[in-house]
Amino acid sequence: MDALIEKLKGQIIEQLNLVELKPEEINPDSPLFGEGLGLDSIDALELIVLLEKHYGIKIEDPKDGKTIFQSIRTMADYIKSQGKS
Amino acid sequence: MIGIRSYAHIKNNRISVNGKIIFDGGSLNSMSEFLTEAYKYLEISYPKFHKMDALCKLGVLCTEVALKDTLFLSNNPLDKIAVVLSNASSSLETDRQHQHAIEDKSNYFPSPAVFVYTLPNIIIGEIAIKYKITGENAFFVSEKPDADLLVSYTEALFNEEMRAAVCGWVEVDNGAYEAFIFLAEIQENTNKNINFKPLNQLTVIELYNQTIWTH
Amino acid sequence: MVFTSYSNIISPLGFSTKENYDAVNHSKTGVKKLRLPFSADPFCVGKIDDAIIQEHLLSIANSGTYTKLEQLSILSMQDVMDQSGIDPKDKKTLVIYSTTKGNIDILEGAYKTIDSKRAYLPLFAKQLQTYFKFAHTPVVLSNACISGILAIIIAKRFIEQGTYNNIIVCGGDILSEFTISGFKSFSALSNEPSRPFDADRVGINLGEAVAAILITNKRELATPYNTQIISGASANDANHISGPSRTGEGLLQCLRQTLQNNSIKEIGFISAHGTATPFNDEMESIAFERAGLTNIPVNSLKGYYGHTLGAAGVLETILSLESLKHQRLIKSEGYSKKGVSGNITVIDTHEPKVFSSFIKTASGFGGCNAAALFSNV
Repeated sequence: MDALIEKLKGQIIEQLNLVELKPEEINPDSPLFGEGLGLDSIDALELIVLLEKHYGIKIEDPKDGKTIFQSIRTMADYIKSQGKS
Repeated sequence: MIGIRSYAHIKNNRISVNGKIIFDGGSLNSMSEFLTEAYKYLEISYPKFHKMDALCKLGVLCTEVALKDTLFLSNNPLDKIAVVLSNASSSLETDRQHQHAIEDKSNYFPSPAVFVYTLPNIIIGEIAIKYKITGENAFFVSEKPDADLLVSYTEALFNEEMRAAVCGWVEVDNGAYEAFIFLAEIQENTNKNINFKPLNQLTVIELYNQTIWTH
Repeated sequence: MVFTSYSNIISPLGFSTKENYDAVNHSKTGVKKLRLPFSADPFCVGKIDDAIIQEHLLSIANSGTYTKLEQLSILSMQDVMDQSGIDPKDKKTLVIYSTTKGNIDILEGAYKTIDSKRAYLPLFAKQLQTYFKFAHTPVVLSNACISGILAIIIAKRFIEQGTYNNIIVCGGDILSEFTISGFKSFSALSNEPSRPFDADRVGINLGEAVAAILITNKRELATPYNTQIISGASANDANHISGPSRTGEGLLQCLRQTLQNNSIKEIGFISAHGTATPFNDEMESIAFERAGLTNIPVNSLKGYYGHTLGAAGVLETILSLESLKHQRLIKSEGYSKKGVSGNITVIDTHEPKVFSSFIKTASGFGGCNAAALFSNV
């Protein structure tokens, strides 16, 4: 699980151009939106692309993203639950 | 009286403000390296910068240096500052990126973060967000910098509600880049010690051609 | 005074303003579910019939040397030139062209014999200049979805400055895989005909169109609509590059400026941007209420055409002028149940109304907004 979380951190930093952030600076339980990383609506759409590109998971309705993308850990849980890690 | 209070020019890996070169990235090999180094050198600290495409990074950098050490933003109501920009290639540099992403149907991942930058007026949006400027907007596309168009339109805006304007040219195409920004405002609104240049076509052309790029 | 004058609309609903107004007035829509060449899935779009375009191209010499957008723009502007009789070579005549993507189909290799450099907007503009022999190269405005109405406001400003007497404002964008795929990546598209302001709206349909209108200070050219452009403004939300301010700050600023010193009593309706995205329509409703326009009925024309991007502001202004001329409100196609929190009334039937002015609004990517007030002379 930790390996998946570390991999995700790197992929998120790359996909979202979070150039000034290092993986060790990201807390896997911090909220991705609002507080924490403070991502925005375009980032949310990019996370959907990330899931499809790297894990073959398609999210049809962006609103489903709200629960899946709460934190890096919830993302990792979701990927595992889809049998795609 | 409307005057030009400061101006900045970015070209050939160099940044000049009011005629003086303030950053020389001479040996850097690519536009993207230059933009990153300039950002670091200017100690801007604005993480959103890294999400921008090259065109917006260039526009924000040039505006940042033109504004630096001026009281332009505090002298003028932010809702009465216009942003009037122009270029020759619109957003074609980023358009090609999006086009590339949709060409390979077996590796089909169009990116919303790329697509949003396939409009040239997003430069204006990024400048508006960073400096909280909410006045008039216009983005023109012309073969070369059109001083007459920029000056006439800015004057027309001052005839209505605007009291200041960020104007200029921000161009990126196939790795070649150039930005020229000048700040226009009503002279009476400011400290009398500022050395204003008159806002007219000839002056804009003169300032644009002024910077001596030593090689 | 700056007047609106002769106009043309080229769209799925016809090749003249009259054809388009008649179609809309009879509740015909130009939006259909179509299979497009680049995708297995159908899209709901407003596409102009290629066969009908071909018929009209017989009037252009060497039409095959022009791109689709150039062809349609030539047809549209030619109609305005023919109706008005103005001289393109006159130094006091200008064209302002509003577009978001221009000849974007060049990037996808649509043309074997056309120079790919025509993807550059200045070269597109030069094509139009060469065809009509305009004294000045058309000024190209590319400011996202507010381009059309902003171009009209800019025309008014330039005419008031005295440099020009006549300005043809032409707006156009074509359907392309480029644009469709981009909006799809934003989950912004609806698979069904769009429903502006409706509780069940889910997104936009894209559409293609070219529309042109002459703006002039010549009283004798004002006869088509006897309407002047009273005021107009643009403003930026300074909030986000792709989503509007939730409280409609930028649009509110435009409306306040447009309406200052003007009574709202005679305003018959607001032609809203109304794209049918959840956020845009909600924002507009809030801005309209905050601007004190609650009692002025609202429509969106995007249910008839889809979102025609660079053409939208021009096309929708022309149809609103027709609405004013005929003293008849156009219903907001696709609307049945209010789905926005701002206190507004959406026009749900075509009906006669006595009024003498209207407001046009628009908002776009990059946080831009615009509004303009038009009134009978």
